[in-house]
Amino acid sequence: MKVSGLRGRGGAGFSCGLKWSFVDRKSGKPIYLICNADESEPGTFKDRQIMHKDPHQLIEGMIISCFANDVKLAYIYIRGEMPEGAKILNRAIKEAREKNFLGKNILGTGYDLEIYVHRGAGAYICGEETGLIESLEGKRPYPRIKPPYFPAILGLWMCPTIVNNVETLCNVKHIVELGGAEFAKLGTPNNTGTRIVSLSGHVKRPGYYEIEVGKATLRELLYDKNFGGGLRDGRQLKAIIPGGSSSKVLKAGEKFKLKKKDAEGKEILVETDMLDLPYDFDSLAQAGTMSGSSAIIVMDDSVDIVKALANLSEFYAHESCGQCTPCREGSLWMNKTLQRLTHGEGRASDADYLGKIADNIPGGRTICAFGEACSWPVQSFLAKFKDEFVAKGAADEARRAKEIAAPAEQKQLEAAHH
Amino acid sequence: MSTAATTETKPAPTAIEKIKVKVDGREIEVPRLTADWSGKLTPTTMIQACELAKTDVPHYCWHPKLPVVGNCRMCLVEFGTPAMGPDRKPVMNPDGTPKIAKSPRPAISCATPISPGMEIYTKTPAVKQMREGVLESLLINHPLDCPICDQAGECKLQEYSVDYGQSASRFVEAKVHKPKAVDLGPRIMLDAERCILCTRCIRFTRDIAGDDALGIINRGSYNTIATFPGMPFDNNYTLNTVDVCPVGALTSKDFRFQMRAWFLKETKSVCTSCATGCNVLIGSREEKIYRYTPRDNDAVNASWMCDAGRLNYKWIGRADRLKDVLVRGQKSTWAAALNEISDKLKKATAGSVAIIASARQTNEELWLLSKLKAKLGAVSDSIARIGAEDKLLVCADKNPNINGARLTGMCFTEAGINLAQIANGIEQGKIKTLIVFGENLVKHGVSAKALSEKETVSEVVEQHGLTAELLAKLDTLIVSDILPNETTRLAHYVLPGCAHAEKRGTFTNTDGRVQKFMKAVEAPGDARAEWEFLHDLVHNVTGQNGFVTIEGLFNQMAKEVPAFNGLTWSALGDTGVTVQI
Repeated sequence: MKVSGLRGRGGAGFSCGLKWSFVDRKSGKPIYLICNADESEPGTFKDRQIMHKDPHQLIEGMIISCFANDVKLAYIYIRGEMPEGAKILNRAIKEAREKNFLGKNILGTGYDLEIYVHRGAGAYICGEETGLIESLEGKRPYPRIKPPYFPAILGLWMCPTIVNNVETLCNVKHIVELGGAEFAKLGTPNNTGTRIVSLSGHVKRPGYYEIEVGKATLRELLYDKNFGGGLRDGRQLKAIIPGGSSSKVLKAGEKFKLKKKDAEGKEILVETDMLDLPYDFDSLAQAGTMSGSSAIIVMDDSVDIVKALANLSEFYAHESCGQCTPCREGSLWMNKTLQRLTHGEGRASDADYLGKIADNIPGGRTICAFGEACSWPVQSFLAKFKDEFVAKGAADEARRAKEIAAPAEQKQLEAAHH
Repeated sequence: MSTAATTETKPAPTAIEKIKVKVDGREIEVPRLTADWSGKLTPTTMIQACELAKTDVPHYCWHPKLPVVGNCRMCLVEFGTPAMGPDRKPVMNPDGTPKIAKSPRPAISCATPISPGMEIYTKTPAVKQMREGVLESLLINHPLDCPICDQAGECKLQEYSVDYGQSASRFVEAKVHKPKAVDLGPRIMLDAERCILCTRCIRFTRDIAGDDALGIINRGSYNTIATFPGMPFDNNYTLNTVDVCPVGALTSKDFRFQMRAWFLKETKSVCTSCATGCNVLIGSREEKIYRYTPRDNDAVNASWMCDAGRLNYKWIGRADRLKDVLVRGQKSTWAAALNEISDKLKKATAGSVAIIASARQTNEELWLLSKLKAKLGAVSDSIARIGAEDKLLVCADKNPNINGARLTGMCFTEAGINLAQIANGIEQGKIKTLIVFGENLVKHGVSAKALSEKETVSEVVEQHGLTAELLAKLDTLIVSDILPNETTRLAHYVLPGCAHAEKRGTFTNTDGRVQKFMKAVEAPGDARAEWEFLHDLVHNVTGQNGFVTIEGLFNQMAKEVPAFNGLTWSALGDTGVTVQI
């Protein structure tokens, strides 16, 4: 796995082999594997497609991963809103069991494995691995503090646990088939393999596309006839959210300095337009954002950027589990401000006000990454489209001032009349 | 349920390795391991190291006796660890000190273990800014109703607002509204708007009381503490949640709206409702008791006490308290009554006096009675009180000081086995004088015939042959008590005594821990601390002149009673000393 260079497909892009190597194998406790199928990030729909269209790929990947890690019991934690997926997976597991790919003494190897499908109850936070574990244990999905509750040591039922994304586990099958080194030839160095990109928003052909990681640029994904097929006619690109709704927004026309190696192998900085960013983990990280769950949301010039952010922030305010103070209170506060701003009650100062609220949430102040997830969109939208927020607030203020002044003028007219 | 909560944290048999860390630039040595909430040794955390360094780290959800959850984020600190080179060797500064790599992210000090050479920074601008951010978040939806909140004055939100709060709020949105005055159970009220969702109450009742009764409903900022539908929060430890609640969300129905916390005088005392002897603080104002709250003592009650014990204080302020010295029903004076009694006792023949002491009396009082007993050759006993027990704090023995009665020789290992002998002595006219302290004998008195049909000793102990008819045969019945009862009405001499909250003294709890308690309020009327008038009585009858201060009395007792040898009043400290029983 380490040779393959496979990086987690859930969002953080952490090395899968390294993750497996952290598992405490000397505790004497059983090791569990959990497939994280709680795909909830707005804009992301890759795992659902895999489970609907090719459930056996996932199950095969899981069986191999379990065998490799001496796991006897594995779970698929599937999002509550995907009842169809759960049905399909259960049917596939039944089929696999009938063929003795699962169950006791698999294919005569003496190895036993059971996989259970567990349906969530519809909370975004269950996609956070320790929140997922709590939920699987039947509790409220409050993410656990790390340290000490690293899943690899104290995971499900306080036993060593591996939590991997659906797409990551599917890749395991191909790594075993191709060999790690061969797999690593796919994609680009340190960004190996293929990824499914969920493309949504204002493109002609929204959908999901599998690419070799880093072999396509954002421009290709948006405009190539094999991918997005370009924006709607007569529209200009305004912004892209490149890796699921929590990733930082990219503004059309932004330029970044990317590290590249020149002909002599020396590291140089190359100015790159945002559309020419190769779609991989490292390039987007250099652009200050992330490829996250590889969900690209495209926004053209018809989008009211304030409303777009208000929409996102409503989601995060609703989904904060409420465990840590900054995220619990900050996510709703930001949403209230944005709803006020979109409903004509804004102030020109709200852009700064909102920025200060958002600054109090991320940067390790919360137990899980939700704090970052809810504040990054606000911070990045404000950083790149602040003028629109200020203009909206100022327009609201002007309108209200006029409304207050209007009755006074009316009175003066009446007085003059008498 | 934790058994460790009530057992003493023993010093580790082998010395725990010490490691050096720096707190705000000051190097201190701290043990690598520290007892966690359950008493188990776990890696020392930053907040524990900071405590040892006498550096305050503000916190809401962390409580030394509860599992760590790290959700309030108030205790975030910055830190650094010795930098490691690629060769896994520490990198040195030019001056030879180890180079410290500061962590880019803060850490919660309540859950992050320390490591050798770690530097913890609690006073940096970034830490201050994080604390301000957390506090602002906690306050935006808070009702800010301190003027009508019972927690005001002992509220962590108020305290940290002084340190990290803003004078004006920039919050212009509508606040989240949640249920107020929610009846959680028979003794607890919840104001969900004041709640900061630290989950201390949930953890207490789940992990300490063993009753998983509380949880959180809803999501995000709308989170609310709740019970299961139709299931009131009702166990014998619910009021501890009011103590652990850092804000005014959980309030005691008994105490709410009764008294501002800052008016209360706090007196160190001991609960008398059972033999556990939980350490308490009595909150009183102008000679009236308003509440008991538990006082930390890891050898006895950790930080907790039961609801029954906590609410068992109202009798002290009852209007019908015995306030007058009565001689044959007539109001008298202490001097007159004590002189009469002394004269009678001096003339009494050996064996004609019996003493029934109470295991609710203090060690000192029992010891003084034992002097009378010795001089008069009296037979003595005490009355057992047996009830239900639980696994946490409540002891089956409902007397606070049966061990004191035993150690001073006022009763045998099983209290009450001499009662039949006393009853017989009265019946046969051998015993003419009976001295009774704090016991309503008539309450459990049944006729000797009915008693003989009892099968077990414990039944006999609970009920005895000392009936009203029998007491009427006595020449002299001397009774000291606090509240009037059938026995005081029969008495020739009534000596009004003091509740423990009105005097000083010591009790010996069920484990043999000798604990002292202080005086919180004045006794009503002529009521006098028993040890004071017993001292006079012993002086009159035996000619021995003991000490007239409680300190001297205790120290003298400690010299004469073998079990207490070596103790002194001052050495008992606030949390007592365990003796061999």
